[in-house]
Amino acid sequence: MLIAMLEAFGRRALQLFETTGQIVILFVQTLQQIRRLNIRRTILQMSHLGVDSLPIVLLTILFTGMVLTLQTAHEFIKYGAQSSVGGVVAIAMGRELSPVLSGVVIAGRVGAAITAEIGSMKVTEQIDALRVMATDPIAYLVVPRLVACVFMVPVLVVFADAIGVVGGYLVATLYAGISSFSYLHSISVFSEVNDVTGGLIKSMFFGGIVAIVGCYKGLTTAAGAEGVGRATTESVVLSIILIFISNYFLSLILYR
Amino acid sequence: MIQIQLKHVDMAFHGRTIFQDINLDIAKGEVMVIIGPSGSGKSTILRLIIGLLKPTAGEIWVNGEEISTYSENKMNKIRQHMGMVFQYSALFDSMSVGENVAFGLRQHTDHTEEEIARVVRRKLRMVGLTGQENAMPNELSGGQKKRVSLARAIALDPEIVLYDEPTAGLDPIMSNTIDRLIASTRRRLGNTAIVVTHHMSSAFDIADRIAMLYEGRIIEVGTVDEIRNSANPIVQQFIYGRKKTGKVEERGLELL
Repeated sequence: MLIAMLEAFGRRALQLFETTGQIVILFVQTLQQIRRLNIRRTILQMSHLGVDSLPIVLLTILFTGMVLTLQTAHEFIKYGAQSSVGGVVAIAMGRELSPVLSGVVIAGRVGAAITAEIGSMKVTEQIDALRVMATDPIAYLVVPRLVACVFMVPVLVVFADAIGVVGGYLVATLYAGISSFSYLHSISVFSEVNDVTGGLIKSMFFGGIVAIVGCYKGLTTAAGAEGVGRATTESVVLSIILIFISNYFLSLILYR
Repeated sequence: MIQIQLKHVDMAFHGRTIFQDINLDIAKGEVMVIIGPSGSGKSTILRLIIGLLKPTAGEIWVNGEEISTYSENKMNKIRQHMGMVFQYSALFDSMSVGENVAFGLRQHTDHTEEEIARVVRRKLRMVGLTGQENAMPNELSGGQKKRVSLARAIALDPEIVLYDEPTAGLDPIMSNTIDRLIASTRRRLGNTAIVVTHHMSSAFDIADRIAMLYEGRIIEVGTVDEIRNSANPIVQQFIYGRKKTGKVEERGLELL
């Protein structure tokens, strides 16, 4: 019983290491192909993966900023610290909530789309067709998506930061009775540029994770429509896990 | 002149032997048809020749180069002289018919858009799909997709065209149309063609020579007449769909 459990655990651990290794290899291969970047395809991906994700990211982060303010304002007012609410919301949004939650939303929307698209191409031999036509699938499919995600996710996070703080402002002033001046003043007192730039640097990593994991899961899809479904789920789950794990270590480095 | 040569090629997937000691010479300008029951590894031979798969052992020569150990980059140079028509067409479903046919031209030539449009028009006319440039693959029938796939494969006027089950799943009239297209393409371009099929009528119509693959070995190679008159009972059974036993003919494909 115990041996069987250990064996199963070992098998899963080996599988995880193997997957991680293969993802790293794909990442290195993608970097090697980056000189073949096709600007037109990359801009198309930026529009498709980035701009089209703006509404859902804004909606998510707007409500996150609102609920964060709702909870903090209530407690802070109790202790007479209402003049700190704006700063706390801005720091929390800039450093953690905007980049991480945007990353999660992007993993769900963009990561799934990337895996489903490339996975369908794989099972219908379109990836083979690319290779037959002397076109490297990594240069053609992975490079534009990686570049698009790495550059567009920080752009989305800039908007997310802004809308999060605006959401907080609305709740603080209209619901919690904190004055407009107090909210805005505390932002300028407490928060620093580093709070935003750190979050943007993190979001570049999250964009990279979503793109590479999405492409990897797509390129390794097997066994028809069912395989595409499974790969898509795995892609989203793995991206989200990697975003949370890497977020801890990135925060450790960036905000020491 | 020999253009493609397989020497003592072995192939196995995950320890399961597909075929062993395959030897086959294909002359320049020849139409070689490979026949054999489903699952005998016919398509695998095409994938080995175009470098989508690497053999477990043996050598594969194309235009005087031994390609079995070539990297993807080196292989891409060889592939620019080859085209392939896939069993399920493998058209890029995010692109129109015209863009599919233009794909290789855009990737590998410096043609202007005008020149590309002219070539696309010409190739589509060759396959009887004049004016279909703007149709999307999902609007086409199976036979039309096959024809677009053929137009795409010959867009760069390749020296070698590989056809993987070009008539599978098509009605007899459309099968006949595809057979005639394979023949007329060869006449116009003077290309070498390797056709994998299990339709004997197609094989007899278009082949210069036929090779029969059975249980992992090539059991017979010869001209159409030689294959028709083969003394090998397995070949006879495959051709006529029944076993000749003296005066009595047993129906069915017991051996296969």
